[in-house]
Amino acid sequence: MLANLMAWIDARLPVTEAWNKHVGQYPAPKNFNFWYFFGSLAMLVLVNQILTGVWLTMSYEPSGDGAFASVEYIMRDVDYGWLLRYMHSTGASAFFIVVYLHMFRGLIYGSYQKPRELLWIFGMLIFLVLMAEAFMGYLLPWGNMSYWGAQVIISLFGAIPVIGDDLTTWIRGDYVISGATLNRFFALHVIALPLVLVVLVFLHILALHEVGSNNPDGTDIKKKKGTVPESEQSKFKFHKQYSDKYDIVDAIPFHPYYSVKDIVGVAGFLILFCWVMFFAPEGGGYFLEAPNFEPANGLKTPEHIVPVWYFGPFYTILRVIPDKLLGMVGMFAAIGMLFALPWFDRGTVKSFRFRSKLHFLNIAQFSICFIVLGVLGTLPASDLANLIGRIASLGYFGFFIALWFYSKEEKTKPVPERVTK
Amino acid sequence: MSNTPVNNGRRRFLTVATSVVGGVGVVGAAVPFIASWNPSAKAKAAGAPVEVNVSKIAEGQLVRAEYRGKPVYIVRRSKEILDNLGGFDDQLRDPQSAEPQQPEYAQNPYRSINPEFLVAEGVCTHLGCAPSYKKGDFAEQVEGVDYGFFCPCHGSKFDMAGRVFAGVPAPLNLVVPEHSFPTQDTLIIGIGKGEA
Repeated sequence: MLANLMAWIDARLPVTEAWNKHVGQYPAPKNFNFWYFFGSLAMLVLVNQILTGVWLTMSYEPSGDGAFASVEYIMRDVDYGWLLRYMHSTGASAFFIVVYLHMFRGLIYGSYQKPRELLWIFGMLIFLVLMAEAFMGYLLPWGNMSYWGAQVIISLFGAIPVIGDDLTTWIRGDYVISGATLNRFFALHVIALPLVLVVLVFLHILALHEVGSNNPDGTDIKKKKGTVPESEQSKFKFHKQYSDKYDIVDAIPFHPYYSVKDIVGVAGFLILFCWVMFFAPEGGGYFLEAPNFEPANGLKTPEHIVPVWYFGPFYTILRVIPDKLLGMVGMFAAIGMLFALPWFDRGTVKSFRFRSKLHFLNIAQFSICFIVLGVLGTLPASDLANLIGRIASLGYFGFFIALWFYSKEEKTKPVPERVTK
Repeated sequence: MSNTPVNNGRRRFLTVATSVVGGVGVVGAAVPFIASWNPSAKAKAAGAPVEVNVSKIAEGQLVRAEYRGKPVYIVRRSKEILDNLGGFDDQLRDPQSAEPQQPEYAQNPYRSINPEFLVAEGVCTHLGCAPSYKKGDFAEQVEGVDYGFFCPCHGSKFDMAGRVFAGVPAPLNLVVPEHSFPTQDTLIIGIGKGEA
């Protein structure tokens, strides 16, 4: 009966085929470690954001007069409204945590290298849309930090010569940030950008399955057809799209092996996530900032305007450059460098395990600089902070420049044919 | 395809012509979507000029008006403040107000029509925070200058003509909005000298 139904559907839509190709018979390297949790966790958080977001819109009022009060209404009067909101606000920070770790994984194991450049670009586009999504979402509670954070970021566009002022007025839809700005940000936050995000995630996964997953050793699990004896090949049945073209080694099907393993990651993640959500939903003032508990007020600037923590690194780069236009250029360049990472790295060895000591140190200094920039972004400006911020910015950009120079002739270790034990 | 009787020249012409006409259509269709982001008629009306009675402002006092949602600082500058203004030009980024941060009629040492009144937007030119008025205790920020504005966000400093000091994040002097004095006691913000 059920088999007949499946056959009926399959004759009209390749459901079983797609399942096998992308899940049941997708060859994944068998040596994934915990770093490989963060892709599936990002998907989980995306689902959480969409689901809780849809529910929040049911009680939220997108208007300059009603927004702040409606958030309080959600928090106090709507049954479980507080939980839905904290799931959403904690989810926003969690999203960036897992995405940053996911990107770091790609960085250390060289998952951006040929042939995965487009996969990396799709990932970066997801990151960019995510930042836009988070920025616009942060205006919606219409708290004073929402207001002034948006004020600072939108006024950046005013630094663009000639069109700057008109551009900022156009973005705001008013001469100041107002209900008009709030409404359009709401529309973009709940409809336009999520649609783009979901499409990009789809393309990211499609591109991943086309080139195959990298692994901590950076070896190729797809060998040229006919070069590996039968006894050495993976014993599992993989979809013919993969096995017809290649001899596959060191691989296991994504389902059930990694689907089950990912559930372990989900469990660990949810323990941490729920702890924050129930016991520290404000994240110590980093996830929800204190000035945001008073309504937006265009005549009252908070003591110091700090972005939410996940914008910290880029905000610091903006801030330590003593020129508004160049600061903005620097900030966007910092993101642009990441986009171009596959071309800065001219090496062919992927994983840091088999690359030079220099590469290891370069990644280490980059990570430290990134964290330092992030911390500084949440602190008030001072001469010392500016000095440290400038040094860390140099480290950030220096990573890419240095990589370009040494990666061409880098002294690497031989990469094994098969994954290491 | 290759052996079908195709007139390639005609096909190319039609492809180009259709694309061009279609492209024009797309551009035309984009207009309402882009233009709808401009300030609405309502927002424009709310941005109308503001009238302030300045007769009750004491010497050295700062009064805030709101124009287009932005705070406008109005300060009645005492003789002492005015006399002091020329004394530290070497510490300013743009002492002559060369950058067009003010209407032409206010491009003078006092950056105003009426030297007695400073009229400037209380919006830091760095990232839009509101600078605080340091009345008498500005010397903590700049030695020997008693009055000025200090931005609490990133530490930018401005003098009593809204001119920015060098070495701070703000790149430009405070904006002086269009303003005029139709009578001695009335200040109108939003209508420039000679426009009304």
